[in-house]
Amino acid sequence: MEEIFNLFHGFAVVLQPYNIMVMAIGILLGVIIGVLPGLGGANGVAILLPLTFSMSPTSAIIMLSCIYWGALFGGAITSVLFNIPGEPWSVATTFDGHPMAQQGRAGEALTAAFTSSFIGALFSVVVITLVAPLVASFALRFGPAEQFGVYFLAFASFIGLSKEPPMKTVAAMMMGFALGAVGLDQMTGQLRLTFGFTPLLSGFDFLIAVIGLFGIGEILLTMEEGLRFKGRAAVINPKVVWETWKTLPKFWMTYARSCVIGCWMGITPAGATPASFMSYGIAKRLSKNGRNFGNGEIEGVVAPETAAHAAGKAALLPMLALGVPGSPTAAVLLGGLLIWGLQPGPMLFIEHKEFVWGLIASMYMGNVFGLLIVLTCVPFFAAILRIPFPIIAPIILVFCAIGSYSVHNNVFDVMMMMVFGVLGYFLKKTNYPLAPLVLAIVLGDKAEESFRQSLLASQGSLGIFFSNGLVGTIMVLGFIALFWSLIQEAWSRFRPATAA
Amino acid sequence: MSEESKATHPSGPSHRSVEIGVAIGLILFALIVIAGSLQVGVTWAADGPRAGFFPFYCGLFVLVASCINLYNAIQDPGGGLFAEWGQLGQVVSVVIPAGIYVALVPSLGMYVASALLIAVFMKWIGKYGWLMVAAVPVPVMIATFLIFEKWFLVPLPKGPLEEFLGY
Repeated sequence: MEEIFNLFHGFAVVLQPYNIMVMAIGILLGVIIGVLPGLGGANGVAILLPLTFSMSPTSAIIMLSCIYWGALFGGAITSVLFNIPGEPWSVATTFDGHPMAQQGRAGEALTAAFTSSFIGALFSVVVITLVAPLVASFALRFGPAEQFGVYFLAFASFIGLSKEPPMKTVAAMMMGFALGAVGLDQMTGQLRLTFGFTPLLSGFDFLIAVIGLFGIGEILLTMEEGLRFKGRAAVINPKVVWETWKTLPKFWMTYARSCVIGCWMGITPAGATPASFMSYGIAKRLSKNGRNFGNGEIEGVVAPETAAHAAGKAALLPMLALGVPGSPTAAVLLGGLLIWGLQPGPMLFIEHKEFVWGLIASMYMGNVFGLLIVLTCVPFFAAILRIPFPIIAPIILVFCAIGSYSVHNNVFDVMMMMVFGVLGYFLKKTNYPLAPLVLAIVLGDKAEESFRQSLLASQGSLGIFFSNGLVGTIMVLGFIALFWSLIQEAWSRFRPATAA
Repeated sequence: MSEESKATHPSGPSHRSVEIGVAIGLILFALIVIAGSLQVGVTWAADGPRAGFFPFYCGLFVLVASCINLYNAIQDPGGGLFAEWGQLGQVVSVVIPAGIYVALVPSLGMYVASALLIAVFMKWIGKYGWLMVAAVPVPVMIATFLIFEKWFLVPLPKGPLEEFLGY
């Protein structure tokens, strides 16, 4: 009951005129970011983070999270109209969305995509409203060992569940931890890994890494591919929207399944991209029209979009309740919280109630706003994508540079951004995952702190990570996640043997 | 004839060689991290693990994982290009002006350097006429100035031009 009261209080905060304006600006910027090549949720939010320094934390998080929601919506526009996924999680949307556009059903495809996004997101927000306070109050019991267990579980899932080779995930992740360790050691106050080089004293900021790896790296990839946009026109009018909406309820099963898949994959740090593929794959297998998937089946748009948005929103649940972000964009939002002096995690729900519930309420409102904005402004956003790449690329580059500079008002950071950009290009081309690298830079200090504090308490014995039921369970789950692909393989070998 | 063979067999570095290069780069990175950790101490002191304890093991993990990746890359029979030389040229044509741009920011200021970058890019890669080249960067940077400096109060590095204009 108290939650409902808090939520209404949150709505009161969000519905202040200033915050409504901030929300609309955030959604608009977000969709533009989602539409533009080279800018995505994570680096878009990172670049625009400095814009919020002069705002109150609540308005700031509303704007940033709305940029994220907008970027989630924006990815669908380019997928359907241009067959270019603006975001990795909208790749699966191109499979059926673009064929629909080629058949002149772009309006229908976009309406289905936006509506599905809306439903997926709404599902996750409801889950966050109901579950996050419970998780947070449960997590209040966590000591350093349990905390480390949660980090271990999060990172082990990356290794076990990602589609990249596990050793590449390990290399990328541990590189992130090492980069995060550069500078002042939080516990002993000693400098490390700086090799006497002054600009390294404050360490590597993950925001710079995000902007470089995702932003600059993406521009380099786009340059290499030599982009030429050939888009389809879209007509969305109330009639098309209404006609499409009438057909959607019969996919209720696809919706329900995709919501659950997305929400689950978002909470575990697998993220929106695998969620969208998985949801598409399952829908294809189970649908009556499964064979026609890939030729412009509306269900093939519904499934990945619902799951991607459910995952995108759900990624905020562990970020808010445990301080462990479920996606790079959630990590950037977490970075924002730290800059505003808020410590994410269970205490946030007690010490900064207004902030948390304002954010949750803004998720509801931002979703409704987002749907209205994208349904009405598609031609405008499609026009942005028609700006030639030689004009838009340097402008994106400039905004990346401005974003990197204004994190610490430091030109060295802009240089580091370029270095990370080139690094990101090579890592991405050779199949090293970037998300665990970034999360490791963000969480490195905290993971290390909880690890060392646990070891201090146990006089150096690793047994402390199995010393009680709670931490033991978390660690075992972590190991299951770590060896998940091996377990799956063993299982599939075992199964045919018993069947035969 | 040679034209045709060029068209059917685009040349460029093989994917395998780049994989090997990245793995070796990561091994070097790991060695630097391990060396740095050893400098500050990786063992236990009276007050618990020393500062190098955690990064040392991170470096060790990178080292072992990269050695396995290197082995896998060498074993890979190859085939497949990383990218064609022409494509890499496109990438370099972004990296070089961007690098010069970053170097110019401290002396020229963010706004002037950025306008120059956009102009160079449009002229060099987009092959636009001078009229277009003049028409895009300046309004973009004025808009940026208004957004950052005026509305959101984020100061960016300024150079001689801004000083001349009294900012």
